[in-house]
Amino acid sequence: MKKTYRLRDLDCANCAAKMENAINKLPEVESATVSFLMQKMTVNYAEGVDDAAALAVIKKVIHKVEPDCEVLA
Amino acid sequence: MTRKQKRLLVRIAAAFAVFAVGFFLPGWWKAGCMVAAWLIVGYDVLWAAARNILRGQVFDEKFLMALATCAALGMQDWAEAAAVMLFFQVGELFESLAVERSRRSITALMDIRPDTATVLRDGEEIETDPEDVRIGDLLLVRAGERIPADGVIVEGEASLDTAKVTGEAMPVDVCAGMRVVSGSVNLNGVLTIRAESAYEQSTVARILTLVETAAEKKAQTERIITKFAHYYTPAVIGAALLLALIPPLVFGQPFAEWLRRALTFLVISCPCALVISVPLSFFSGMGAAAKHGIVVKGGIVLEQLARTKTLVFDKTGTLTEGSFSVQSIRCASGTEAELLRIAALCEQYSNHPVAQAITAACHDPQGEVRIIREEAGYGVTAEIDGKSAAAGNARLMNSLGITPEETDAVGTHVFVTYDGAYLGMIAVADRLRDGAKETLNTLREQGIERFVMLTGDNERSAEYYAAQCGVTEYRAQLLPQDKVDFFAKILSGQKKNEAVAFVGDGVNDAPVLTAADVGIAMGGVGSEAAVEAADAVLLKDDLKKLPILLRIAKKKTAIAKQNIAFALIVKGVCLILGALGYAPMWLAIFADVGVAFIAILNAFRASVK
Repeated sequence: MKKTYRLRDLDCANCAAKMENAINKLPEVESATVSFLMQKMTVNYAEGVDDAAALAVIKKVIHKVEPDCEVLA
Repeated sequence: MTRKQKRLLVRIAAAFAVFAVGFFLPGWWKAGCMVAAWLIVGYDVLWAAARNILRGQVFDEKFLMALATCAALGMQDWAEAAAVMLFFQVGELFESLAVERSRRSITALMDIRPDTATVLRDGEEIETDPEDVRIGDLLLVRAGERIPADGVIVEGEASLDTAKVTGEAMPVDVCAGMRVVSGSVNLNGVLTIRAESAYEQSTVARILTLVETAAEKKAQTERIITKFAHYYTPAVIGAALLLALIPPLVFGQPFAEWLRRALTFLVISCPCALVISVPLSFFSGMGAAAKHGIVVKGGIVLEQLARTKTLVFDKTGTLTEGSFSVQSIRCASGTEAELLRIAALCEQYSNHPVAQAITAACHDPQGEVRIIREEAGYGVTAEIDGKSAAAGNARLMNSLGITPEETDAVGTHVFVTYDGAYLGMIAVADRLRDGAKETLNTLREQGIERFVMLTGDNERSAEYYAAQCGVTEYRAQLLPQDKVDFFAKILSGQKKNEAVAFVGDGVNDAPVLTAADVGIAMGGVGSEAAVEAADAVLLKDDLKKLPILLRIAKKKTAIAKQNIAFALIVKGVCLILGALGYAPMWLAIFADVGVAFIAILNAFRASVK
């Protein structure tokens, strides 16, 4: 299942790359891209994963890299 | 400017004023002013750095700036602490402005979304959300409004601005009976339109989906650089640590001096310029393409296009217009006009594409006509002004006892008789697109070495059209599956560092679009499959956009490489200078934000046109 989220206050390109790496390592996630330029994240969830729960995990990862960055639906 | 950027600008100005005043004050007054300036301009950096340490995220650039300036304060270099923080924030502001600008060039594509739709129901005007428009609804579009759904004009005439939808800069004049695409802006008239698609299936919705997914496919170079940064950052931090510890501990050098060098080293080493310069180059390329009505789905597409050596075309609808028209007329007796008149009168009620081409070639033919019979695979027999007439193929002629002439004209032949006499022949065929040959020549000059044309059409016509546009290699009579197989063969024969692009109209070649290194759909928003399958979409049905796309791809790929080289060299030199103690902090900051900024400017250098 593929979902796209907008990100707010994603301020540095390297942080975006770090987030992308970290999110891709999550077992809930099949693949993910974080686009600094579009301020957007596309997540391909692994099969049978509850995306709401997985998103909470992803948000935690994002906050760890950039505390100000917010995920919008 | 966003609010955040404005606030930063104000803070920079205030800090600069305090800094300037403090510069001329003596002793502790000066120190006080400098610390104040440092806090005004840098408090958010300091705060973020502190928070990051608590979260175990150290060694981002904010942390480094905080560390470097704190160390300067510790050494009572008040002015340096303030200046460094100021310089850093100015760089950050520039960087964010440049990024913002580039982002806008892409999202400008997004403002084709109609805000509202006015639906006419039982003579009443009802304002609704465009998403509530259904097929068959009558829509009222006033001057200045966007057309909410694809449809046909029922009433009114106007000039339409379709630039955002098709990339065509000239306004298009439309009147009743014409098809219009959603997203175009009505410039002057009032139009009543019958919706032929719901909003979700309309051109606007397709383009929006396309743009939404635009940044998903990242370039190879982009991935490599991110990976590089992954190893590079810890390596540099290790080196900085050694720089701070080894000389003082082993060689008894002054600790403060080497700590300062290590800090400079760290500031220089921030990988942001590297990480941002590559995607930004491609991103600006996507923006430049967007201005020409070309949607590119990501950096990797431009990268692949730049190394494309083989271009494979679908024939119908790509190299040719995909619609039939009268190509040649040969009279056996009488005039051309008479021949066309009789043919058009016979064919005017038929909806066969060949018949429609003939009707289109003769506007409003005069004469009393009674259709006797239309038979598929033969043609039409009729009575015109009381005399017998017929228009059809050789089989029809034979059945009427007339021997049609031998002909080698390309296309479908329609023979015409009137009053028992053979009048002549009309050849109807698809037409090569305007400038197809010139476009291919341009592409050849741009480095495409091999052109291949694929078609489901017969050998003769394939040969004809291939020759017309200067393509030497073609395959005829291919079923859609054959196209995929043949394409796979081309792909497997390709050299490793070269790519194969396919251009099609997306009607029945979606599998090939997917298989190609770069699949380009022409006028592809018409088909959902094409939008899914293609890597790039020419919104307008115009072959001439191809050289533009190729030029952008080559330019931006080159710029991405330049940016990497530039950032690496500047950083390398500054790192060495920093280690040797020749790089002051402002140079270190230049190596960080300055390089990022110049890389950004470089990325946009070529996109002005």
